Amino acid sequence: MQKLLLLGDEAIAQGALDAGLSGIYAYPGTPSTEITEYIQNSKYASDNNIHCTWSVNEKTAMESALGMSYAGKRAMVCMKHVGLNVAADPFINSAITGANGGLIVVAADDPSMHSSQNEQDSRFFGKFALVPILEPVSQQEAYDMVRYGFDFSERYGVPVLLRITTRMAHSRSGVVTKDVRDQNKVHLPSDQTQFILLPVNAKRRYRKLLKDHFLFADESEVSPFNKYIEGKDRSLGIIVCGIAYNYLMENFPDRVVPFPVLKIGQYPMPRKMVERLADECREILVAEDGYPLIEELIKGYLGRGPKIKGRLDGTLPRDGELNPNLLAVALGLKDTNGFAVPDLMVGRPPSLCSGCPHIDTYNALNEALAAIPRGHIFSDIGCYTLGALRPYEAINSCVDMGASVTMAKGAADAGILPSVAVIGDSTFTHSGMTGLLDAVVEKTPITVIILDNATTAMTGGQDSAATGRLEAICKGIGVEEEHIRVLKPLKKNHEENVRIINEELTFQGVSVIIPRRECIVSIDKRMREKFKKNQPATA
Amino acid sequence: MKKDIILAGVGGQGIISIASIIGFAALEQGMHLKQSEIHGMSQRGGDVMSNLRISHEEIASDLIPFGKADLIISVEPLESLRYLPYLSSGGWVITNTKPFNNIPDYPEIESVIKEINRLPHHIALDADALAKEAGSVKASNTVILGASCPFLGMTFEMIEDAIRFIFRNKGDDIINLNLKALKSGCDVAQQKI
Repeated sequence: MQKLLLLGDEAIAQGALDAGLSGIYAYPGTPSTEITEYIQNSKYASDNNIHCTWSVNEKTAMESALGMSYAGKRAMVCMKHVGLNVAADPFINSAITGANGGLIVVAADDPSMHSSQNEQDSRFFGKFALVPILEPVSQQEAYDMVRYGFDFSERYGVPVLLRITTRMAHSRSGVVTKDVRDQNKVHLPSDQTQFILLPVNAKRRYRKLLKDHFLFADESEVSPFNKYIEGKDRSLGIIVCGIAYNYLMENFPDRVVPFPVLKIGQYPMPRKMVERLADECREILVAEDGYPLIEELIKGYLGRGPKIKGRLDGTLPRDGELNPNLLAVALGLKDTNGFAVPDLMVGRPPSLCSGCPHIDTYNALNEALAAIPRGHIFSDIGCYTLGALRPYEAINSCVDMGASVTMAKGAADAGILPSVAVIGDSTFTHSGMTGLLDAVVEKTPITVIILDNATTAMTGGQDSAATGRLEAICKGIGVEEEHIRVLKPLKKNHEENVRIINEELTFQGVSVIIPRRECIVSIDKRMREKFKKNQPATA
Repeated sequence: MKKDIILAGVGGQGIISIASIIGFAALEQGMHLKQSEIHGMSQRGGDVMSNLRISHEEIASDLIPFGKADLIISVEPLESLRYLPYLSSGGWVITNTKPFNNIPDYPEIESVIKEINRLPHHIALDADALAKEAGSVKASNTVILGASCPFLGMTFEMIEDAIRFIFRNKGDDIINLNLKALKSGCDVAQQKI
């Protein structure tokens, strides 16, 4: 047992290592990335042969983790909330197959969209799949929930969803660790048909899941993470889950809330506890960081029964992250505020780094397309999405991983020509390859620009599965070799790069242009490690 | 004792290092700590902010409520003003006066300094210049940390010890440079209080 200072993400990783993890599978995505990185940097993990190499995307990660669970070992799969969309097929079906070795799926949601394109709430996915959900209120709970989750997963033979938010993922606090549990030995499922989801088996498995769901609900009633806290003033009852509990408590310096409080950290919802709160209190306030899942459930479609306050009736904002002040206002307490921000304040948005290869590519692309009206460039998820901002204003879309290639195809089908996709190397291997095959099959006239900076830059420079493989992949998919053009995005090559882009824009088929130059931050990091001895002084 | 601190700056300016040094010192005193930060897009030259809370009592929220921060510690002048709604009426702003100008519409620095000077409790200093004197402009964040020392509820020696620990693998030269930077920042603050 020791006390460590850990990010929520790191607490989950340490919890997994201590709970007998055999493999972690993930694709980088803020705010989930640090879970896998912690294990990659762990000496214990490498000494004990724990799998921790990045997967190509969240779907392959989820399936690999399921395979490890099939083999009887404990596996964890981590992703950001939108990653669960990519992994939805294996995730939903893993609830039907069930688990053999413990299986935990970590989804890191991003309310307020600090670095995401939406703020979807993964608890809905858990409910949809009918699996138990855990949601920590502190780094300590995050640590404890991993062991609890693995044990639960093996006891009931079901995957468990661990849902966190950005604030939990990237907030640091003290964590007391437990003894290390050994890894499981390989053991196959006792029922050899468990993982064969032919309708005959799937029907049986699904009925078992529906039946087990009652047992999961019973577990929620006695879970250490669900707590009914008495309160004298029954004019209001409060249901609070995850990190919102901390915001509630912040408003009561002695940590005594006058109202009954139901703290929820494990789902399905503890029905008896909710019923008790509804029976005892005149009104109910629901505070949840994310969508109003609990609020909708207990309010019901007709909204009859006790008055339910929360995000749906405007007591709390409908969108965005909660905070202590929002809870204060919801409770009718005095709001606090400091000094006003002076009028001269301006925004400081993120921007492409000075020396970034994408800058040279965008400058060349903008010049090549100068003669045609704007609106022909479909882009993707990564640093290069910043090409949407001034001074480049070079791209016209950013939707989901891989959508640049397929949206360019659809637009070309509709008659938008030229039609250009701009996608990063890692995003291309994540979800761009299949779309490229669609275009090749139909010989759709699109130009796909794969920005190869040899890393997954936006999330902090993780290895990219594309490195050293791009030309071979494109050729293998069927792009004609003479229309796979590699160029070096440098200022001195500008004229030549514009010419190459122009040549491919006029080609009536699938072209791939690969501007290749290493990410400036990666080089910097590499050089710093190389010359560590002479490192300049910084605090 | 309880201190709620907002750390502000631009990605790459070293506010997380300030947080780890104060955090280490606090833990050495047996205090509780919660520190929240945003990773991801904000690293690319955007504004960054961290909530650091240290207390002898247990801490509830990972976020400091508006109007409750004891300190705003900023390594960049414009950024010192961005989070003023968090500052309590008796709270202090400790800031660098040397701008980091990576945006086209950065306001006139004189106006920014004027706004800082209007605050009832503030320490504003050219940390880059002091860091340069100490040996490297890169220790500018340590100068700002030094200027915060009188307000942290800990002794100067505790912060010195934390620096020695955090930089223990970097050699004596770097430790001494940072201790010098720390002292120079602290001296300025002592004169201005």
